[in-house]
Amino acid sequence: MIEVIFDLVTSRYNYWMAIILMLIGLYALIAKQNLVKKIIGLNIFQTAIFLFYISFSEVTGGTAPIYLPEGPEALYVNPLPHVLILTAIVVGVSITAVALSLIVRIYEEYGVMDEDELMKVVRER
Amino acid sequence: MSIIDHLPVLLIIGPIIAALIILAVGWHDRRLCYPVMLLSITGQFIASLIMLLQVIQDGTIRYYLGGWAPPLGIELVIDSFSGFILSTIMLLALLAIVYARRSVEAEVPAEKIVSFYVLIQLLLIGLVGMTITGDVFNLYVFLEISSIAAYTLIAGTRSPRSYVAGFNYLIMGSIAAGFILLGIGYLYVATGTLNMAEIAMLLPASYELSTVHAAFLFMMIGFSIKAAFFPLHLWLPDAYTESPSAVTVIISTVMAKVSVYAMIRILFTIFTTAYIIESFPVTGFILLIATIAIVAGAILAIAQNDLKRMLAYSSISQIGYIMFAVGVANQIALEGGLLHILGHAMMKGCLFMVAGLIIYRMGTSNLLELRGVAQTMPISCAAFALAGASMIGIPPTIGFMSKYYLVLGAFEAGYWLYAAVLLIGSLLAVGYIWRFIEIAYFGDHHGDGHQCASPEGPLSMIAPMVCLALLCLILGIFVEIPMEIIGPAAMILLGGA
Amino acid sequence: MTDIIGILPAVTIAIPLLASVLILITGRYENLRESVTIVAAVAMLGSVLAMLPSVLQGNRITLSIIPMVPGGDFALKVDAFGMVFALTAAVLWLLNSFYAIGYMRGLKEHAQTRFFFCMAVAIAAAIGIAFSANLLTLFIFYEILTIITYPLVVHIETPEAMKAGRKYLAYLLVGGIFLLAAVILTYLLTGTTAFVPGGFLEGAGSPLVLQILFLLFMVGFVKAAWMPLHAWLPAAMIAPTPVSAFLHAVAVVTAGVFGIVRIAGWVYGMDLMAALGLGVLLAVIASFTIIVASLFALTEDNLKRRLAYSTVSQLSYILLGVSMLSIAGMTGAMAHIPIHAFLKITLFFVAGAIIVSAGIESISDMKGLFQKMPVTVLMFSAAAIGICGLPPLAGIISKIYLAIGAVEGGMSSLLIVIIVSAVLNAAYFLPIIYTMIVEKPEREDALNGVSEPPLTMLVPIILTATISLLIFFFPTMPFLDLIEIAIGEIIGGVMP
Repeated sequence: MIEVIFDLVTSRYNYWMAIILMLIGLYALIAKQNLVKKIIGLNIFQTAIFLFYISFSEVTGGTAPIYLPEGPEALYVNPLPHVLILTAIVVGVSITAVALSLIVRIYEEYGVMDEDELMKVVRER
Repeated sequence: MSIIDHLPVLLIIGPIIAALIILAVGWHDRRLCYPVMLLSITGQFIASLIMLLQVIQDGTIRYYLGGWAPPLGIELVIDSFSGFILSTIMLLALLAIVYARRSVEAEVPAEKIVSFYVLIQLLLIGLVGMTITGDVFNLYVFLEISSIAAYTLIAGTRSPRSYVAGFNYLIMGSIAAGFILLGIGYLYVATGTLNMAEIAMLLPASYELSTVHAAFLFMMIGFSIKAAFFPLHLWLPDAYTESPSAVTVIISTVMAKVSVYAMIRILFTIFTTAYIIESFPVTGFILLIATIAIVAGAILAIAQNDLKRMLAYSSISQIGYIMFAVGVANQIALEGGLLHILGHAMMKGCLFMVAGLIIYRMGTSNLLELRGVAQTMPISCAAFALAGASMIGIPPTIGFMSKYYLVLGAFEAGYWLYAAVLLIGSLLAVGYIWRFIEIAYFGDHHGDGHQCASPEGPLSMIAPMVCLALLCLILGIFVEIPMEIIGPAAMILLGGA
Repeated sequence: MTDIIGILPAVTIAIPLLASVLILITGRYENLRESVTIVAAVAMLGSVLAMLPSVLQGNRITLSIIPMVPGGDFALKVDAFGMVFALTAAVLWLLNSFYAIGYMRGLKEHAQTRFFFCMAVAIAAAIGIAFSANLLTLFIFYEILTIITYPLVVHIETPEAMKAGRKYLAYLLVGGIFLLAAVILTYLLTGTTAFVPGGFLEGAGSPLVLQILFLLFMVGFVKAAWMPLHAWLPAAMIAPTPVSAFLHAVAVVTAGVFGIVRIAGWVYGMDLMAALGLGVLLAVIASFTIIVASLFALTEDNLKRRLAYSTVSQLSYILLGVSMLSIAGMTGAMAHIPIHAFLKITLFFVAGAIIVSAGIESISDMKGLFQKMPVTVLMFSAAAIGICGLPPLAGIISKIYLAIGAVEGGMSSLLIVIIVSAVLNAAYFLPIIYTMIVEKPEREDALNGVSEPPLTMLVPIILTATISLLIFFFPTMPFLDLIEIAIGEIIGGVMP
C-alpha cells in the first residue's frame, strides 16, 4: 500500500508540483483581499499550468530540439508544448499588465486596494 | 489562387492591418478613425457572406495557413456551423459599429476614443478567429485576444464602477482561460495533436481515460464561465451594466455567441455525441442546469430596477435556452438552439441598443425614472416592444420559432417536464419585458401621443435598432431562410463530421 | 366540394393590416384617419362577400403562404364554418367602427390613433383565426390577438385599468402556453396540424393521451371564458365600450369558442369525442358555466359587468351544443356564434351609448331612461328579449336547435340546463328593462340633458338589432346554409 502511494508520488512528481502550485495560485486568487495579491495568485496559477505543459513535453533521454550539424537523427524533447507556452506566457503578461493598470485606476478613484473595502465604497458611491 | 480562396486568413489579417491603420490615423486626426473602422467592418461582413455562400454551395472550406497541412500546420475550417455563426456575428458587429459612433462619443472620454476603436477591432479579430479556427490551441489564443480586449473595453466609461466590473471579469475570465488551457494540455497528452478534426478521430480510442474526462471537465467549466452559464455567470451583470452601451451591444451579442459556439464545438465536434451521451453522459446534467438557468435568470431579471442590469440577467436566461438545446441533443432541438443563437443576437442587440439610446437621450437607465418614456422616444419603445415580443415568444417572430423547435425537440426526446419548464420560462420573460412596456407606455404621461418636438436620437443609432427589430419579425416569418443553413449545421454537429 | 386556390383570404387579412399602418401615418389628421378605418372596413366586407358565393356552393378557398416550422405551414383556408365567423366579424367591424368613432369623439378620449391601430390589427388577427388552415396558423393569430388587444384593454391607463390589463394578459398568455403545448403535442402524435373535416386524431395515441390533449386545448382556448377560467372577461370590461362590444362580445371570445368547435369538428371529430367521453366532460363544464355565470350576473349592478357575465354564460351555450355531439346540437352551437354576436353587440352598444349620453354605468341609476332615450332603450329591450330566447329576434333559433340536439344526442338532462338558464336570463335582463322603462328616476332632474346618442352611435345600434331580426326571418341566408355545409363536412368525415 505505502509502496503504491510512494510510487505514485515519485513517478509523477511533476504533475503533483503543477497541481500544488495551481491550488496555491487559486487560493491566493480567491481568498486574498488585496487586489495585487490576487494578481500574484493569478500569475502563480498560470505558471503552474505552464510548468504542467513543459513537464509533459519531456522525453526521457531526449536532448534539446535543435538540429546538430551532423544531422537530424537524435531523440528530441517535444518542442511543441514549449512553443505553446511561449504564446501563453505572453498572454499571461498582457493580462497582468491590464489587471495592474485597472488596479491603478481603481486605487486612483477609490483610494482602496482591498476587496471588501472596495465593495463597500462602490456601493456607497 | 484568387482573393476568394484566401478569404479565411484575410478575415483575420485584414482587420489586424486595419487596427494598425486606425491607430496611425487616429494619432493624426481623431475623427478619421471611425470611417476606417466602418470600412473594415463592412469588408469583413461582405467577406463573411461570401464565405457563407461558398459553404452552402460547395461544403466545408478548409484553409491551411501557410500551405502547411495538418497536423503540422494550423487550419481554418468554415463549415455550415461556423459559417452561420460567422455571418451572424459580422452582421451584429456591423450594426453595432454603425450604432456606436454617437454612443461612444457620449460615453467614452475623448482622448480614449482612438484606442477604443482599436480595441473593438481587436475584440472582433479575436472572436472571428475563434469562430473559424480548426486548431484547438489557436482557439485559446484567439480567446485570450478577445478577452483582453473585452476587459479593457468594459472599463472604458467615465464611471469608476466600470473599472471594478472590468477587474472582476478579468479575474473570472483568466481563471476560465487557465482551465481551458489545462484542458487543451490534457487533450494533447491524450492524442498528440492539436487539430480539432484529428483529435475527434483519435480520441475515441481513449474515451475511458481519466485524462480525457479531466480535459472535458476543465474545458467545459472554462467555457461555461466565459459563456456565463448559470451558476458561473456572476461576472456578467456588472460587466454588461457598467460598460459603455456600444460595448454592451457587442459583447452581449457577438462575444456571448462565440463563447457558446466554442462550447458547442468542444462538445459536439471534438468530444462527439458518442462521448457526451454514452461514455460520459453529461447532457442530462447540462439540461438540468440549463433549465435552472432559464428560470433563475428570468426571475432575477424581473427583480431589477436598472434597465441594462435587467437585460443582462435576461441574457443569462437566454443562454440557458441555447444550452437546453445542447442538453436535449437531438436534431430538432439543436436546430432550435442554433436558431436561438441568431434570434437572441438580434433580439438582445436591439434591446441593448434601445437601452443605449435611452441613456443617450434621457441620461439614465433606472426604470423608476423612465415613466412614460414612450412619449419622447416612440420609435425606441416600439422597437423594444417588437424585440421584446420576440423574446417572450409571440408568433410569428423568430423567438417563437426557436422556442417551438426547442419544445418540439424536448417532446420528441421525452423530456416532458423540461419542456414544461421551458414554456413557463417564456412566461417569466413576460414579467420583465412587460414591466418596461408598462412603465414606458403607461406611466404618467403628459397629453396625447403627439410627435415630440426634439428628435429622438441620431439616425445612426435609430437605424440599426429598427433594422434589428424588423429582422426579428421578418426572419421569423421567413424562417426557412436561416433554417437552410441551420439544418446542415445541426446535422454536422450531430454526425460529428 | 373542391378546393380552389385564391388570394382573397390573404387579401382579406392584408386590408386591415394595411389600414393599421395608414392609421399610424395619418394619426394627426383625425378625419382622414377615421375614413381609413371606414374604407378598410367596407373593403374587407366586400372581400369577404366576394368569397361567399363560392363557399356557399361548397367550395373551399385555400392559400398556402409560407412553410414554417415542422408542424405546419402558414396557410389559410376559407371553408363554410370559417366564413360564418368571418362574415359576422366583417359586418360588425364596419358597424363598430362607426360606433367607435362616435364614442371616442363623444367622450373626447385620448390616444385615439393607438386605439384604431390596435382595432385594425385585432380584426386582422380575428379574420386570420377564422381562415386558418391548421393549428399553427391558428396559434399565431391567436397570440397576436392577445397581445394587440392589451393596449385596448388598458386604454384609460388608470391604476385599475393597469391591474385589469395584467390579469387579462396573465390569463390569456398562460392559455397561449397551454395551446402551444397542445399544438406541438398534436404534431408529435400525428405529424400534421392541418384541419381535416371529421378529425385526424383517430388512433394517434392512447385514450388517456388524447383526453389530456383535449384538456390542454380547453385551457388553451381560455378565450372562450369557461369557468373557472373566466375572470379575465369581467376584468376587461374596464376597457372603452367599443372594445368591450366588439372584442369581448364578438372577436376575442368568439375566437375562443370558434377554436373549440374547430377542435371538436376538425381535429378530433365527433365520433372520437364520443368515444373518449369528451362530450360529457364538455357538457359538465358548459352547464356549470352557464348556470353559475348567470347567477353572478344577477348580482352585478354595473351594466357592462352584468353583460360580461351574460357573455360568459352565452358562450357556454356554444360549448353545450358541441358537447351534445349531435347534428342539431352542432348546428345550434355554430348558429349561436353569429346570433349571439349580433345580439350581444347591440346590448353593449346601448351600454356605451348610455355612458356617452348620460355618464351612467350602474343599472340602479338608469331609472326612467326610456323617457329620454326611447329608441336606444327599445333596441336594448329587443336584444335582451332575443338573448332570452323569445321571438321575433334570432335567439330562439339557436335555442331550438340546442334543445333538439340535447334530445338527439341522448343527453336530455341538458334540456333542464337550457330551461333553467333561460329563466335566469330573463331574471337578469327583464329587471333592467323594467328599471329603464317603468321606474321613475329618483330625482326629477337626474336625467337632465340626456338625449339620444349621436347618430354615428345610434344607427349601428338600430342596424345590429335589425340584423338580428332579419336573421330570424331569413335564417338560411346565409348563416344556416353555411352551417349546413360545415356540418356536412364533418359528418361525412372523409378527406376532401
